[in-house]
Amino acid sequence: MSVDTTEHAAKTPDVEQPWAELGLKEDEYARIREILGRRPTGAELAMYSVMWSEHCSYKSSKVHLRQFGEKAPENDAMLVGIGENAGVVDIGQGYAVTFKVESHNHPSYIEPYQGAATGIGGIVRDILAMGARPVAVMDPLRFGAADHPDTRRVLPGVVAGIGGYGNCLGLPNIGGEIVFDPCYQGNPLVNALCVGVMKHEDIHLAKASGTGNKVILYGARTGGDGIGGVSVLASETFDAEGPSRRPAVQVGDPFQEKLLIECTLEVFAEDLVVGIQDLGGAGLSCATSELASAGSGGMRVELDTVPLRDATLSPEEILMSESQERMCAIVTPENTERFLEICEKWDVIATVIGEVTEGDRLEIFWRGEQIVDVIPGTVAHEGPVYERPFARPDWLDALQADDAARLARPANADALREQVLALVSSPNQAAKTWVTSQYDRYVLGNTVLAQPEDSGMIRVDEETNLGVAVATDGNGRYAKLDPYTGAQLALAEAYRNVAATGAVPLAVTDCLNFGSPEDPAVMWQFAEACRGLADGCQTLGTPVTGGNVSLYNQTGEQAIHPTPVVGVLGVIDDVTRRTPMAFTEDGQLLYLLGDTREEFGGSAWSQVVHDHLGGLPPQVDLERERLLGEILVNASRDGMIDAAHDLSDGGLVQAVVESCLKGGKGARLVVPDGLSAFTFLFSESAGRAVVAVPRSEEVRFNDMCGARGLPVTRIGVVDGDAVEVQGEFTLTLAELREANERTLPELFG
Amino acid sequence: MTTRIGVVTFPGSLDDHDARRAVRLAGGEPVALWHRDRDLKQVDAVVLPGGFSYGDYLRCGAIARFSPVMESVVEQARGGMPVLGICNGFQVLCESHLLPGALTRNDHLHFICRDQRLKVENAGTAWTSDYAEGQEITVPLKNGEGGFVADERTLDELEAEGRVVFRYLGSNPNGSRRDIAGITNAAGNVVGLMPHPEHAVEPLTGPTTDGLGFFTSVLKKLVQA
Repeated sequence: MSVDTTEHAAKTPDVEQPWAELGLKEDEYARIREILGRRPTGAELAMYSVMWSEHCSYKSSKVHLRQFGEKAPENDAMLVGIGENAGVVDIGQGYAVTFKVESHNHPSYIEPYQGAATGIGGIVRDILAMGARPVAVMDPLRFGAADHPDTRRVLPGVVAGIGGYGNCLGLPNIGGEIVFDPCYQGNPLVNALCVGVMKHEDIHLAKASGTGNKVILYGARTGGDGIGGVSVLASETFDAEGPSRRPAVQVGDPFQEKLLIECTLEVFAEDLVVGIQDLGGAGLSCATSELASAGSGGMRVELDTVPLRDATLSPEEILMSESQERMCAIVTPENTERFLEICEKWDVIATVIGEVTEGDRLEIFWRGEQIVDVIPGTVAHEGPVYERPFARPDWLDALQADDAARLARPANADALREQVLALVSSPNQAAKTWVTSQYDRYVLGNTVLAQPEDSGMIRVDEETNLGVAVATDGNGRYAKLDPYTGAQLALAEAYRNVAATGAVPLAVTDCLNFGSPEDPAVMWQFAEACRGLADGCQTLGTPVTGGNVSLYNQTGEQAIHPTPVVGVLGVIDDVTRRTPMAFTEDGQLLYLLGDTREEFGGSAWSQVVHDHLGGLPPQVDLERERLLGEILVNASRDGMIDAAHDLSDGGLVQAVVESCLKGGKGARLVVPDGLSAFTFLFSESAGRAVVAVPRSEEVRFNDMCGARGLPVTRIGVVDGDAVEVQGEFTLTLAELREANERTLPELFG
Repeated sequence: MTTRIGVVTFPGSLDDHDARRAVRLAGGEPVALWHRDRDLKQVDAVVLPGGFSYGDYLRCGAIARFSPVMESVVEQARGGMPVLGICNGFQVLCESHLLPGALTRNDHLHFICRDQRLKVENAGTAWTSDYAEGQEITVPLKNGEGGFVADERTLDELEAEGRVVFRYLGSNPNGSRRDIAGITNAAGNVVGLMPHPEHAVEPLTGPTTDGLGFFTSVLKKLVQA
């Protein structure tokens, strides 16, 4: 088989090339020819096609994502911002934390186990490539209707994949979300977040510098899996017919990744690398072009030295392969031997595949012949940028006019009681133990809080008890009603969740899951959500440090709800001061913080009781969120509260039931003056939390809230073995537990 | 002089760091041992930690058994040195024939992570002397292949000789025969169990501190020796 060399390409301008099959548009192909001054070789075409895919180039989203940088609040904690593998923030005491959330939605629908598993693998390598030890993972998940037959295929596979990979890597899974909605049928969302910790001096960047430095590929051998993953899978909508895309999903080997982690950390500890990049989407095409374009000088790679699983792979396939568990490091000639020794110690295959050159070109050779000769920046960063048309959808007015206030409310106390039971047993509000018990939350021995707590919390330093907390949130129903507000509500909730556990919110990562950018209505949702999130981050002083965009989450004309998932990272000086969610002692006083309004648009109540989505989502007041956060953090530091739980979907009653069940204690609640029992229990007004205050701290806590101007209402006391709403109804903990815990095992058994 | 307790790291070991922390919190000196190294560095006892040694390829613990370090561990264990195998370490001990039986896929086919109540059935081993017989303890359990199986005669022998060290309380988490969570050899120096005592040594991160007793037990025994 002859190889399509650069020389051959220059002589044969009229050769037909499969640019359309590789996902390129006609004008994009023309642009590549213009950049090169000739037709691309097969290998070059492969590289451009994967790197210019929606997934890698952010070509539809870029113009909107810019706001995250432009509106970024001044924040001294930011050490590395958007654009690297992951953002890095300073958490004090010489430590830095890197964290990021990414999507693996499309592969997880096709092959749930491997799709979800390799989603974990990919985000962990991103964190590792920054120089950090990965210390925890979380998974925000969205599935179709809980009782849909296909959900029974997708969910158990995804959960087993996350567990199978994460457990074997030795990373505690400390939180995330599981939400069911018919809109995700056929387009489940499998997002994965990883947190890593390092010392400031250990931060590494993806750049290739220093002429003569070696390019070392290490980790797994390269196989034929995942070819076309980013260009075909993640950048197009699914259609009903068409060939199976199963081979486009990568296959993971967590054992290999565990070795890669330990090996890489040892290499970092000896300061042996100049630059490093993980191989994820777009594989070697991405790693070589990004490393070369970020550094000074060029790069020369001998592609036939790449260790292969399948000797018949063509150079184009090797460049496009998304085989997992691979990294690429730039190492000086003096350090190369030691680098290879450490790899050998961990039984990791490592191969020098090229070196950094003078000049500015990325040249790739196959058996002595040049098959790629490009300016690496044109591949990595100069992909097309689209100003996609966007327009407010014409259906939105009708949707917003369909106010949830019109829905029938429970007629009497018995009906109210029944609706509470229906709520806490509904798949979205039910206990998620069936899922989370398949994840190891203990490994590494630093997990201070894990699901179902408001945020996951990890001890960073065993001597000083410095720690970090992370929460992810995102409510697609709210965002469907108003994407600007919906994105801010996601931010507000994650922020509140972090503060509720006693940590100070510091920075944001986001995974923006939307339908097809070629639909102006979807593009409008995306633009609005970006604007909302960027404005919100500016107000709260929490910059976006990085994240991921997942588009084309739609089947035919049917897009998912716009689902911006927001992760907030917080810092806590002393993890022994953390605030858990459980009510644990009789006599603890229960206070509701914040204002409760008649807000039921997009609420869990409207979904569970009326299968309704309409009206407007709850209002957002970010200044109020900030004040609430400060009160929660101060109360934690000063020992004024024993427990706290954020109020979100399901409202107050859901939060109280969860805290009661966690601690095995009941609560007696009194409906505050001016509120109906219904609104008190089910409203989803934002900016609220319920706290348990020991009697000894009652005065001090009230004084603090009063002085700061935060509305605080005493709503009851922890007592007994039932949740009683005085004058309305009583539900025993046994009844509630039965209702709350049986749902998922019954569905997925 | 402090007592030195080795913790083996195989490729794929995950809870080695945690086991070393537990040794330290109990007052011992943790010593890292490497799978390729026959040298046990003059330790007084060895912990084989949890994880997925060699990726659980072939069968859990099946490859670790043939590692150089295990040659020394087996030899020393036969000579009376205390050895504790936790989870994957238990699997390695069974594969090495230091303990009878085998661990199979959980009967419900899912990985399970939960706080597990156990009953201490034998407080006479090197690793359990700080507990009382019949005592209830709670430590984390997390495994995918934790179902203890052996033939009926072996199970009867284990029972008759008092070599069942721990039994699961409440619902059986993995289908283990006769609710067996951990066993010992005839001499009482080698103990293996599926649950993770090393994850229950600090109130901050564990459900209890019930796991600390494993490490204080062996340290006391070694000081007395």
